[in-house]
Amino acid sequence: MSDETSNPMRDAISEAISENPVILFMKGNPEAPACGFSARTVAILQSLGAQYAAVDILPDPRIRQELSALSQWPTIPQLFVNGELVGGCDIVSEMYQSGELAQTLGIEAAPAAAEPEPPAVRSAPMTIENRL
Amino acid sequence: MASRYASDVSATPEELKERIESGIPGAVATVTGDGHHFNAVVRAPAFDGKTRIAQHRLVYDVFGDELGDRIHALSIQIQPSQVEEAR
Repeated sequence: MSDETSNPMRDAISEAISENPVILFMKGNPEAPACGFSARTVAILQSLGAQYAAVDILPDPRIRQELSALSQWPTIPQLFVNGELVGGCDIVSEMYQSGELAQTLGIEAAPAAAEPEPPAVRSAPMTIENRL
Repeated sequence: MASRYASDVSATPEELKERIESGIPGAVATVTGDGHHFNAVVRAPAFDGKTRIAQHRLVYDVFGDELGDRIHALSIQIQPSQVEEAR
């Protein structure tokens, strides 16, 4: 642990972002969000039928610390698509309303008659916590 | 940084408005909030041509470490700085 350049937590977060095309860092989990902003973001992703990975930042304060240092974004939630920060709840909400979010996620705007796909939520990449 | 805003003193919408407007050139802000959760509607020429991420970062940068701490939550809406010119 004397190596100042070694930062396993940040590496694990960075890896999770690059390995998951759509990943949401949030407070709580999609089944039980622990914050209104995280809840709203989850609801938007689910309404689009997006497939995404979710990471709960609450179990260890260092997750948020390293995530924010990496993304240069101070607040939670944070949505990443194809390795890029899309934004937090405000931006995700705006992009959802304008239709840009579906486009960014590569989701066809569903015709009104179409059956909504059941939301597919993959469990959080536990490797982040296991590597502590 | 920002030492005059003591962590034990509640933030107010007035304070946030003043800081956004003095921190971002030409910014006009409307801020509401309860001392912990705030909503800011901001308009500024500095936002022109920037991505949403970059626009929000300009506002976040005004408050630095106070976000998530003294200022528990800050919602931001960026408004276009001017009405699109009619062609």
